[in-house]
Amino acid sequence: MSVGDHTSANVGARTTLTDVGYGWPGWAEVLEVLLFRGGFNTSVVVTGTTLLGLAAGVVGVFALLRKRALMSDALSHATLPGIALAFLLATVLGFDGRSLPVLLAGAAATGVLGVLTVQLILRHTRLREDAAIGIVLSVYFGVGVVLLSVVQQRPAGNAAGLSHFIYGQTAAMRAGDAWLMAGLAAVAVASAALLLKEFALVCFNDAFAAVDGWPVSKVDLAMMALVVLVTVAGLQAVGLILVVAMLIVPPVAARFWTDRLGWLVVLSGGLGALCGYLGAAVSALLPRYPAGAVIVLGAGVVFVLSMLFAPKRGVFAVLVRRVGLRVRIATDHVLETAHLQEQELLRDDESPHSGDPTNLLTEVAAERRWPWWMPHVVRWRLRWRDEGRWVRGALNLKPAGRRRGAQVFRNHRLWEQYLVSYADIAPSHVDWSVDQVEHVLTPVLVEELEAALAERGVPVNAEGGGA
Amino acid sequence: MNRGPLIVGHTKPATETHLSARPEHSADSPLSVHALTVAYHRRPVLWDIDYDAPANQLIAIVGPNGAGKSTLIKACLGLVPRASGQVEFWGRPYRQARARVGYVPQRESVDWDFPVSALDVVCMGRYRKIGWCRPVSRKHKAFARECLDRVGMADFAKRQISQLSGGQQQRVFLARALAQEAELYFMDEPFAGVDAATERAIIEVLRALRSQGKTVVCVHHDLQTVAEYFDHVLLLNMRVVAAGPVREVFTPAHLHQTYGGKLTLLTEAAEAVGRAAEGERQP
Repeated sequence: MSVGDHTSANVGARTTLTDVGYGWPGWAEVLEVLLFRGGFNTSVVVTGTTLLGLAAGVVGVFALLRKRALMSDALSHATLPGIALAFLLATVLGFDGRSLPVLLAGAAATGVLGVLTVQLILRHTRLREDAAIGIVLSVYFGVGVVLLSVVQQRPAGNAAGLSHFIYGQTAAMRAGDAWLMAGLAAVAVASAALLLKEFALVCFNDAFAAVDGWPVSKVDLAMMALVVLVTVAGLQAVGLILVVAMLIVPPVAARFWTDRLGWLVVLSGGLGALCGYLGAAVSALLPRYPAGAVIVLGAGVVFVLSMLFAPKRGVFAVLVRRVGLRVRIATDHVLETAHLQEQELLRDDESPHSGDPTNLLTEVAAERRWPWWMPHVVRWRLRWRDEGRWVRGALNLKPAGRRRGAQVFRNHRLWEQYLVSYADIAPSHVDWSVDQVEHVLTPVLVEELEAALAERGVPVNAEGGGA
Repeated sequence: MNRGPLIVGHTKPATETHLSARPEHSADSPLSVHALTVAYHRRPVLWDIDYDAPANQLIAIVGPNGAGKSTLIKACLGLVPRASGQVEFWGRPYRQARARVGYVPQRESVDWDFPVSALDVVCMGRYRKIGWCRPVSRKHKAFARECLDRVGMADFAKRQISQLSGGQQQRVFLARALAQEAELYFMDEPFAGVDAATERAIIEVLRALRSQGKTVVCVHHDLQTVAEYFDHVLLLNMRVVAAGPVREVFTPAHLHQTYGGKLTLLTEAAEAVGRAAEGERQP
């Protein structure tokens, strides 16, 4: 493993001994790196991390769905003693202690041992999983740190590169490593494509899978093996502390955008690749920032954006839907009240000012305990949908508004009568308040309600429906 | 009831011969349980269970909370390890009878936020017939859709499963079991927390299964509906209190025995063993 600084030497051509500032690269330079033209080493690093991101994103979906996110963290932390031990062993036996395959083999060995330790603790004690993972994670990491200092005190071996595995050193990636990442990505994509159905079954309902005759532990083992592969391969690039982020953040972010497992795998792999690509590119342009952390930061940004702005599950989408429903219900209340007042006016037209229309909005607002902003929004919505217009403080119903008011009134009646006449079963069907249901009834449901009531011989009071 | 070992732990089954060789068990029975004992952390939860399920019946397993109802099902299916005892299906071990057994787990046992649709879940019941590494073919998908239709959920096939109500989720699980095309079904509390419409849909499906000659074993907790829904009942409280046709067995005396506040001698003994095991581990 070479612990050089090729990337910065290559890209940051203006870097001199006296230049200690964080210089920003020009557009041409940015484009060069992004288009894989920033020199051989930079291209290798960018390609390698992109492929690693792809593999981690795909594999991470199953780790997440199997609720193994924290387990992966224990695994990655448990690799540190293995790295130190492998180095010690190799040096004692007279090999090059810093050869990457040897170190990664050691990392995989103790990583797996860490996972097995967690399982062992879970099986033989009553500790919960979080506690078991916490113990294994910290103790193995502690052992690793101690072993590292032992290694560094030895006069024989130069162990300067080992601590790079903690935070990662992407720039050290060579062409052979990029090929390794390519192979890894191929394995991850192929197993996800071939075993999607088996993985999904075990992740969703392992007890059912076992009863159905699937070898749950073997499928689990396959998923875990993929996680181990990605973790170990990612050690060099992003380091053992952050590698878990590459496994977990892309699928979590992708989950906001889709409800389908197939798409989740595709999106997560894509997001992982994108983060790897951008992270490595940014760090090639700004060589003072460690690539591993930049990749994870990029993933974090993607996650936050997904959480906030995803169309269905995103925070804002949920908020908009909730507020929208409240506004719709509030408007419906106004229209219903206006409709009732009109009916009253029609009935006894001698007293045209019986209901005071000026106070309609304040009246409903007080009765329904609206927040302060609601009357304004309702006013705006009425005008926007052309349901009513405010003329000098009084509501002039338009035909559309009149229809809606009558409809809401009728739905209200229908629902009430349904609840009364089906009191035996209705309560278990309904977990919304009556007040909300009447606003969300679809035409189909209204028909069903009418049919159900007709079946029981309940006269549907359609008095308000004449519009 | 004293054939079972008194010390629970790593006791081997007393005999390895086929149960059908014993006079009290028959190879016609879809499910034969003999001297089954199960312990969690060395505390016994099921003690010396002997039971033969009659074929082509709707069977309820009834008992108080913690009586081991779910554990009995899981032990039969090999989901929890048995401390001792034997379980056979049509006179064979579970491995050989797997293709004829269907399972409906408890609804709460899975995460419903899983990114699959109702139809995808039902298709899982076909996976065994599809085999490794092959996608779900159109034929299997059509069959799964049919199963959804049989539980009255055809309109919800594309719906993501977290957007279904509890009762609808339960029906999806039932449809998945139908997709398994089994002859003996184990259902863990299929009526728990469902609405009236679902309850009616489920019982209709169960009756249809019976009319097709199949056997259904349900963990059931609602005593009021036992007599209406089921033919056969197994009253359980760590051990078998009584088992047989509902009309004969579902009596106040037996119920009192099953649910009675007083600890039976056996439960007390079991607790003592459990305490001893605890003390042994943490002196």
